[in-house]
Amino acid sequence: MSPVNTNAFDPPKAGPWVAIGWLSFAFFVFTQVFAVMTSPADAMMGHLQKMMYVHVPAAWVTFLAFGIVLVASLYFLMKEDERADLLAASAAEVGSLFCGLTLVLGMLWGRPTWNVWWSWDARLTSTLVLFLIFVGYLALRSFVEDPQRRGQWSAAVGILGAINVPIVWMSVRWWRTLHQIQSNPRGLSPEYLRGLLLNVAAFTLLCIWFIQRRYVAARYERAAEHASQAAALGGNDE
Amino acid sequence: MAFRDDMRRTRAIVWKDLTTERRSKAGFNSVAALGITILVLFGFALGPDGAMLKAAAAGALWLAVLFAGVLAFNRSYQVELEGGALEALLLYPGARWAIFAGKLIANLIFVTAMLVIVVAVGIVLFQVRIPAQWPSLIGIMMLGVIGIVALGTFYAAMSSRSRAREVLLPLLLYPMLIPVLLASMEATKAFLIGDVMNATGAWVQMLSLFDVIFLVATFLAFEYVIEV
Repeated sequence: MSPVNTNAFDPPKAGPWVAIGWLSFAFFVFTQVFAVMTSPADAMMGHLQKMMYVHVPAAWVTFLAFGIVLVASLYFLMKEDERADLLAASAAEVGSLFCGLTLVLGMLWGRPTWNVWWSWDARLTSTLVLFLIFVGYLALRSFVEDPQRRGQWSAAVGILGAINVPIVWMSVRWWRTLHQIQSNPRGLSPEYLRGLLLNVAAFTLLCIWFIQRRYVAARYERAAEHASQAAALGGNDE
Repeated sequence: MAFRDDMRRTRAIVWKDLTTERRSKAGFNSVAALGITILVLFGFALGPDGAMLKAAAAGALWLAVLFAGVLAFNRSYQVELEGGALEALLLYPGARWAIFAGKLIANLIFVTAMLVIVVAVGIVLFQVRIPAQWPSLIGIMMLGVIGIVALGTFYAAMSSRSRAREVLLPLLLYPMLIPVLLASMEATKAFLIGDVMNATGAWVQMLSLFDVIFLVATFLAFEYVIEV
């Protein structure tokens, strides 16, 4: 091991996060079982309705994660704090994962319900566009080496992407309204709502935990980058 | 007056970019030829049926402009990078937004010139009947081009200086442009094949709103993108 200068980085402690991880996973299993057991079969959809307990929380968590990207990116541009950049990147990765999950689950639900895998409905289409915007964000990050440049560029792309989400939604909805509207009305009765809210809570915990783990990994990656940069520059102070 | 100085900088950059283009017409000619080629390809994809072509004309026109325009955006910075001129440009005193405004206006003129050619060819190839309200149609096309060029000029400032610029610019730009494209296509379509839903006004309003939002956002964010 070459004694490179690593004093800029003190490894974040896992501490309570291990316990939080296990707890949120256990909570997630519980809320899933609880929701499935307590909700009666839907009059229209039967047990297909159970899809709601994974699909809706995944969608909510997607927006939470991308909200974090927006806030962290703004903070990074204002304060130039490297950690905000890493947090945004971690949230974007986790958000894209849940966004993909939302889309796939929605399609699995749509096939038996609407008889098609895909419908150009406003919500579906904007979610897909959101997914694509953040795939671009992640691609940008992987194509730029210089950390400062990567940070500022991806912050700008992240902020513009987040601004675009309501705009895309508005335009696609208007586009759909002109042609024909595909509605899925849901007046939710309490026996469904309870399970749904519990699962939203469980997904939120899991999402935060994922982002935290990814963030810690990103801190290590960045520390390694700094170290190898310092070594390349001959920053061998000892 | 600092603002007036920045306006002069903007004008200088526009002039410089357009002069470069004018002296080596190869860039413009090949991008315009590509736009026409894309229209021809759409013609093959949609078949020779006249009604079908007419219905799809608006979409095909905008996509041809978009696909060919993307090449112009990367070029506009690449010419600078090859000569090492971007650093020099940044070293000059003055606001960053003046550089962005200059690039944006130059690209706007470039893409508009290309649009004129592509539309002229498209009218012939897709058997479009020119509507009586063609001045309004020109207005809509300008609004659409402003949206495309604002985001294109902004994202190209990054992609042109990264690895894999050929794939990165479309990957970043196309999803972002969906609202602008959707509004432009629908408004154009309403003019070309009749406004059944009476929705053109709403599309034009939306398009103008998107243009304003994206112009403000890109002007504000450009500084962070060009500095590093």
